[in-house]
Amino acid sequence: MNDPDQTLLKVEDLRMHFPVRGGVMMKQIGAVKAVDGVSFNIGPGETLGLVGESGCGKSTLGKAVVRLLKPTGGKVSFKGNDITTASQWRLRRLRRDFQMVFQDPAESLDARMSVGDLVAEPLVIQRLGGRRSRQEKVAELLDRVGLPKNAAQKFSFEFSGGQRQRIGIARALALNPDLLILDEPVSALDVSVQSQVMNLLLDLQREFSMSYLFIAHDLAVVKHMSDRIAVMYLGKIVEMAPADEIHRNPRHAYTKALLSAIPVPDPTAKTERTVLEGDVPSPINPPEGCAFGHRVGHSRYQESVGKELPFEEISPRHWVQKCPCCVL
Amino acid sequence: MSALLEINGLVTSFDTDSGWVRAVDGISYSIEAGKTVGLVGESGCGKTVSAMSIIDLLPKPSGHVLEGEILFKGEDLRKVKPRRLRKVRGGEIGVIFQEPMAALNPVHRIGKQIVEILKLHEKLSSRKALKKAVELLDAVGIPAPEERITSYPHELSGGMRQRVMIAIALACEPDLLIADEPTTALDVTVQAQILELIQAMQQRLGMAVLMITHDLGVIAQNCDEVVVMYAGRIVERAPVKDLFANPQHAYTKGLLNSIPRIDSVRKSHLNTIPGQVASIQDFVAGCRFCQRMDRDQSSLLRTRPEYLQISPGHWVEACPQCYQG
Repeated sequence: MNDPDQTLLKVEDLRMHFPVRGGVMMKQIGAVKAVDGVSFNIGPGETLGLVGESGCGKSTLGKAVVRLLKPTGGKVSFKGNDITTASQWRLRRLRRDFQMVFQDPAESLDARMSVGDLVAEPLVIQRLGGRRSRQEKVAELLDRVGLPKNAAQKFSFEFSGGQRQRIGIARALALNPDLLILDEPVSALDVSVQSQVMNLLLDLQREFSMSYLFIAHDLAVVKHMSDRIAVMYLGKIVEMAPADEIHRNPRHAYTKALLSAIPVPDPTAKTERTVLEGDVPSPINPPEGCAFGHRVGHSRYQESVGKELPFEEISPRHWVQKCPCCVL
Repeated sequence: MSALLEINGLVTSFDTDSGWVRAVDGISYSIEAGKTVGLVGESGCGKTVSAMSIIDLLPKPSGHVLEGEILFKGEDLRKVKPRRLRKVRGGEIGVIFQEPMAALNPVHRIGKQIVEILKLHEKLSSRKALKKAVELLDAVGIPAPEERITSYPHELSGGMRQRVMIAIALACEPDLLIADEPTTALDVTVQAQILELIQAMQQRLGMAVLMITHDLGVIAQNCDEVVVMYAGRIVERAPVKDLFANPQHAYTKGLLNSIPRIDSVRKSHLNTIPGQVASIQDFVAGCRFCQRMDRDQSSLLRTRPEYLQISPGHWVEACPQCYQG
């Protein structure tokens, strides 16, 4: 991981701020700091899980990484190429190697296109192959994700949720990418179908040695899929460590609270639930200092106000946002 | 006959363009006073429809309860006069809906929506009702309730809205609370708050809870008894510890095995249930889980499997393929 040659995706101090306008002249009166200074790397064949509650900025981060949103600051480089400043023409070429799978396949698949056209669309956009070879590729992809042969002629709405997600995955695989950004790929699915799709993603990763940025809010799902996990809170990563390490030895108070809040599917398990007070604060006027210490009303919160909270490696590959209230 | 609610052979159907479909196909279970029963199953298995049948909150005009008894405190709610049912609904049986933004009226202040139910059921004066509404908001953990009472639903966060829903459901101190996926739309940390709140209120009021969810973790941590539904029918019903320690039906086993656990081996293959639930028009008379599993046709049941009690309170749908005793 520390070897620069071993880094596929490098995100440095990424910022995505959205202007808030108001008043008669619709002047900018503030900014939603959806992503506010995030840095991480993903190595080849590695899965980085990204967890956090709704509104913490994890989906925005995913979109900013692939430049579906143009970041306000920071730098994203993929195989050494700068994505943030690349021209549209260059970006299209670079996008062959990284693709995205969205949460809700019902919304992300065009209902007026046949499944065959949907899966072939990336090839058409990239002007790869002729009609015949595209058809062959589509048949191969549909078969690989476990859809029936006749699926290519059907429409996406004729399929169930789990099958639609398979269509979304087939489409993302069409260009043989090295990196997939998976934005809550299994959250909308029922448990029994969810495990089918998770197995498929694990198999595909091994087969094509792809890297994943796996975004989800379900910690058990993220832990199962990931090599490392990053925990996001209010636009910032507060903790990042190998998956087992973060479960065994969480250091940030927010990670601890998040872990203890998961209901364990075992009625005999002893639970020591730390029930958090309050909600995630608004990213429009985030509290000064440590945002989590502010939420729980920590007695040492005041000490974090006005200070730069450093993101430090406290043990090998275990990074924490240090602050006086949440990390002892 | 000591059960607070007893459902016998409930059948609920919908009149659709492609004919009548049986969303709930003959289910029976009961809830004792003060206990929590979890109703678990995948989307479309009929768990919400079966619960809404109790208080006749089905989509109209297509939804109808066709058969069965719904005995609440010994009285069959299918046979009572509409006036009596209106008293039960919201008064003796409270409901929390999944999506509070859809259940709360967006153009009325939340105070008014709580006062409404107090005036209707408890016949309180406006002043007393308002005072009680503030107390209720305070009880469900809404900060500064005197100010919040004049808020509109959109001004509140998801967790706060769900607290308002709970305040409305509990306003008349019901004997039974139907909680339809009360935390599905919420984040884990807020989910924990809401589940704690429901448990605390249950202890305070001594009410029974029917908890509908698809989250087995929520079931394990909050319920006394579990009812597992599949394709409109109950496949297994057991005390919670029994069900998790000793699941009997192939569907229950599959469901329990397919969830990733915090202690499972990372990146290992999860167990899966192959196939998917058949579409409701295609449901077979025999075992519906066999239908999904694509089992050898010749060995399948042609008729509905019988229920078998294997230990006190532990019932399983005894299809010879899905249950090996």
